[in-house]
Amino acid sequence: MSMDRREFIKIAGLSAIFGLGGKGTYELLKPGQLEASEQGHGHSPEQEQGHGTAEKPAVRWAMAIDVRRFRDQDLVNRCLAACREVHNVPVFDNPKDEIKWLWTDKYEHAFPDSANEYMDDELREVPFLLLCNHCDKPPCVRVCPTKATFKRPDGIVAMDYHRCIGCRFCMAACPYGSRSFNWRDPRDGLKGRTLNPEFPTRMRGVVEKCNFCVERLAQGLKPACVEVGDGAMIFGNLSDPESDVRQILRKRTSLRRKPELGTKPSVFYLV
Amino acid sequence: MLEKALKGSPRYWGWITFLLAVIGVGFACYLYQLSYGLGVTGMGRDISWGVYIAQFTYFVGVAASAVMLVIPKYLHHYTRYKDLVVFGELLAIAAVVMCLLFIIVDIGQPQRMLNVLLHPTPNSILFWDMIVLNGYLAINAIVAWNTLLAEKKGVPLAGWVKPFIYLSIPWAVSIHTVTAFLYAGVPGRHLWLTAVMAPRFLASAFAAGPSLLIMLLILLSRLTRFRPDPKALQSLAKTVCYAMIINVFLLGMEFFTAFYSNIPAHMHSLEYLFWGLHGYNALVPFMWTSVPFAILGIVIVLVPGLRKNTGLLALGCGSIFFSTWIDKGIGLVIGGFIPNPFETITEYHATFPEISIAVAIWAIGALILTILYRIALSVRGIVA
Repeated sequence: MSMDRREFIKIAGLSAIFGLGGKGTYELLKPGQLEASEQGHGHSPEQEQGHGTAEKPAVRWAMAIDVRRFRDQDLVNRCLAACREVHNVPVFDNPKDEIKWLWTDKYEHAFPDSANEYMDDELREVPFLLLCNHCDKPPCVRVCPTKATFKRPDGIVAMDYHRCIGCRFCMAACPYGSRSFNWRDPRDGLKGRTLNPEFPTRMRGVVEKCNFCVERLAQGLKPACVEVGDGAMIFGNLSDPESDVRQILRKRTSLRRKPELGTKPSVFYLV
Repeated sequence: MLEKALKGSPRYWGWITFLLAVIGVGFACYLYQLSYGLGVTGMGRDISWGVYIAQFTYFVGVAASAVMLVIPKYLHHYTRYKDLVVFGELLAIAAVVMCLLFIIVDIGQPQRMLNVLLHPTPNSILFWDMIVLNGYLAINAIVAWNTLLAEKKGVPLAGWVKPFIYLSIPWAVSIHTVTAFLYAGVPGRHLWLTAVMAPRFLASAFAAGPSLLIMLLILLSRLTRFRPDPKALQSLAKTVCYAMIINVFLLGMEFFTAFYSNIPAHMHSLEYLFWGLHGYNALVPFMWTSVPFAILGIVIVLVPGLRKNTGLLALGCGSIFFSTWIDKGIGLVIGGFIPNPFETITEYHATFPEISIAVAIWAIGALILTILYRIALSVRGIVA
């Protein structure tokens, strides 16, 4: 078979176009499915499990929060402080600059569509701990133009701070307000604090959020907030029917934020 | 041909110097933004896109509008547009460059911009927006340049350029559709989650872009010996009229769906924009400025007697340009973030550095357009 140079270039060019178009169409119509299968190579060297299919991961991390236990303000403060310290989360006075990984808000703000004026006063006033929901179908991952935010096979939605270009499309897409942008040098908000040398500080111009303490899970530890949470936060493997988190979800009534959006959060609120 | 931009009257050079001064101030502000971070802007955790992305969105529309001349000229052989098409294409070039600059100044780590190409992500609409915008820039550059080159040499347009002209038609629609998808595809932002987003973007674009072009052509006829065919301007004004009425109609659809269904989340952003919500009403004066200008503009371009008066035509087009700029360049983007995902309200106030940077990008657009229009007029022997 003979092929001159011109013909070769023509075919090579066409296959490149169709290759791109084919993948693009697939990704647009079935978002997440390709990216899940691609994650086996490339993204997260620290991943140890989850080489199975996207449908049945061996590990699917999830958290259940026993809401009423957080009447205890000391417990709330301990959890928030643990998160801040372990991840060197900066603190800024101006709300515009705030970086939030784990924070609290009232029921009516956490569940804006479900609040009603006749509800139980305790539930209305108790602080709800809010964090990244590590959704099964994360809109932030779908919109990221560089795969700087990606879903690991164990369900954790992770961030690559060195790849993020700071376009903030993920912040527009997240329906839970769980993402923060470094509007200024985050080290300005860490002054006078003892830093955790095990976890990097970030730079200005990138987005960050709760990472479910992925670096601690890799060492066999629980997330920092869960560890100090005195049993009020239950963390475990959703794929294991006997795990603590599955058992408590069977027993207690639980809520997920904005279920109508189909994002399938893996943070559950026990009420 | 570029050398033709180097000759000009003191007035021409005065204008260029003025634009360069404005660009200089914006550039200094940009250096400040680079060193401190995007915290120098009014954006924050709740309003995470502001002036930059809003202006980007608006100028994608201006860029797309060249197609309103290309279709009549090349598909319907409407010869009155023969002399005008190239001005539309050159306007598209300037507008797309502005769009790209608005993106660059908005991102937090601009030196990593090429990550979008290094790690192509087809599931991200931003990836496709990058492709369609750069493609549209290339198409218009090829077509406009070769059109002018052919005129200069007094030969017919080269045959290989034709496919690019036809390609520019769906491509123009694509740039604004894809840009609408940036907004219409995200869950939980009720103002944006609407199927008429892309149609409305196209309608407002085809009103705003040709409005700007009509104003520019009238300006050129005042400044130079260039005389655009008045009947061609009238045809373009009719395009503006149809497009603006469709735009307002589609806005009405948004109001009907939100308020008749009575679903609070769907009403909140519109309530905030037009009446204020929970005591917050920073954008109310803007939105109610937009409304009378839309009406005034429509009346002028709709009534033949008014439209045929050149001064009134310029006023009508200016009103429509201004009205759609408020609606899309302020209300749409900011309104989408209010209320935030917790149904609370943080308002947005642009800062001086942010506005200076945006104005500088406008000045860059004006500079590019001045140079390109000067080349076009020189080629036609209208200016020396």
